[in-house]
Amino acid sequence: MKVEQISIFIENKSGRLAEVSGILGQAGVNIRALSLADTSDFGILRLIVNDTEKALSILRDHNFTVSKTEVIGVEVPDTPGGLSSILQILDQNNVNVEYMYAFVERSGDNAVIIFRFDHVDEAISALTRNGVKILKGEQLTKI
Amino acid sequence: MNHSIPIWDSAAECQAREPLQRLQLKRLQQTLKLVADNVPCYQNKFSECGFKPGDLHSLADVDKLPFTTKEDLRLNYPYGMFAVPLREVVRIHSSSGTTGKPTVVGYTREDIRTWTELVARFMTAAGVTNEDIVHIAFGYGLFTGAFGLHYGSEAIGASVIPISGGNTDKQLMIMQDYRSTALVCTPSYALTLADRMEKQGIKPSDLALRVGLFGAEPWSEQMRHELEQRLQIIATDNYGLSEVMGPGVAGECLCKQGMHIAEDHFLAEVIDPDSGQVLPEGSVGELVLTSLTKQAFPMIRYRTRDITRLRYDRCECGRTLARMEKTRGRSDDMLIIKGVNVFPTQIEEVLFQIEGCEPHYQLIVDRENNQDRLEVQVEVNEKIFFDEMKQQRTFIFEAEKKLHSVLGLSVKVKLVEPSSITRHEGKACRVFDRRQ
Repeated sequence: MKVEQISIFIENKSGRLAEVSGILGQAGVNIRALSLADTSDFGILRLIVNDTEKALSILRDHNFTVSKTEVIGVEVPDTPGGLSSILQILDQNNVNVEYMYAFVERSGDNAVIIFRFDHVDEAISALTRNGVKILKGEQLTKI
Repeated sequence: MNHSIPIWDSAAECQAREPLQRLQLKRLQQTLKLVADNVPCYQNKFSECGFKPGDLHSLADVDKLPFTTKEDLRLNYPYGMFAVPLREVVRIHSSSGTTGKPTVVGYTREDIRTWTELVARFMTAAGVTNEDIVHIAFGYGLFTGAFGLHYGSEAIGASVIPISGGNTDKQLMIMQDYRSTALVCTPSYALTLADRMEKQGIKPSDLALRVGLFGAEPWSEQMRHELEQRLQIIATDNYGLSEVMGPGVAGECLCKQGMHIAEDHFLAEVIDPDSGQVLPEGSVGELVLTSLTKQAFPMIRYRTRDITRLRYDRCECGRTLARMEKTRGRSDDMLIIKGVNVFPTQIEEVLFQIEGCEPHYQLIVDRENNQDRLEVQVEVNEKIFFDEMKQQRTFIFEAEKKLHSVLGLSVKVKLVEPSSITRHEGKACRVFDRRQ
């Protein structure tokens, strides 16, 4: 159920993002989803790739500071109110969302949203109880 | 030159050089006996170089005496350098140490009297009288600046407003309403006040300011000119350091051609900072000071690390005491930020204590809106990198809090990419001081 996400420290200098994508591209790593959280000084670039270990290794070789985090990918009906229904389930079950971002591809007719939870097991339980589909890690990276 | 400007103690300040030197010798011999009898650090230093107080026959023998450094004070923290029992100490002050532990200094009743006299001297030299209203915008607390100027002002009979630091708008309100005439603060704070005045549409003619007594940090002649123009005051310089007394070691007269050193209380030498050799008169080098009358905290050849030059020629004001030029840098890595002494080693110590933090860091000092800014750039690594922004920011905030607590100053911590800070084999951390 859980998906590995890579986080990369990006100093707020021009060209850093391009460098990351360039390095990964050259190593044959495919980025499936990304999100950038930023402050005026630095950003945290979050990526879901098709080969997590290879990406981590290649980034470390190039002196990037990285970390690995567990996130989950949730199928969301691709209609107005789709996301809202998911968030309501979480709210009703007192599950806090740390951050979220969209996945590039769809899963059938559904959109896919990546969620990071503080209490991921509670989240998974609340969502599955309410009929929400959570994609398995391999499914996500192979969409 | 207006010769009707009073001299606080003309017997002392205008004495001929020969009697002055005899007085210095006598007082030095007394000080050497005081430390040899009471301060283990000096007992050790003297025995190491085979010196006995009786060996000093003339001022020329001073170079036989050992130096005292900040490191000695650190090793003797807190009261190891005190020459009198604590019950005779009526005041304790503190100054930044090279580590998180500060340097602690003490004063007997007599020391406080002397200190007061010396501050009264230089304030009088700057033209302050009992008609003045002295606005003290130094922070009252363990630093010696505020209390030193406070006591000296009261001795002169001026009206002291102990406003302390901060709250610029309030400072301006008080200056306008209470009619402050003499401003005491750091020169960069004076510029901050000038900036704020301009923003608020307050003109110098709205204030009663006449003279400024600025110190605690080095400042240039250009800055003096700017302050005089913008505030319409006479801007004077003064120098001191807690280890030796506080403010009152030296101060400018209205000729503004160097700061007269209280030579009857401090013996001043200039040395080559690398070899320790005493340099000939008029050379630029590191100022070394020996206290001649201090009781609680006497200092023998204390290395100030301030670079200056001394002149012994006659000043038009009539004072015969030697003058030191504005300090032109340091012979160590200490920084002065907003008047506060900061040692890179203090910062390093804090970083070492932060879990996971490898102290690969560099310091960027610059000036924004006439205020000094210190940025501590720390290389990020996997132990201190967090996926969640909240955690990352908390980490930075905690680091800034720790540094603030140790340094007494707000600093900014910025995380930078690994290996972006060049390593220097065995060298001290890199400091980029971008101030003029």
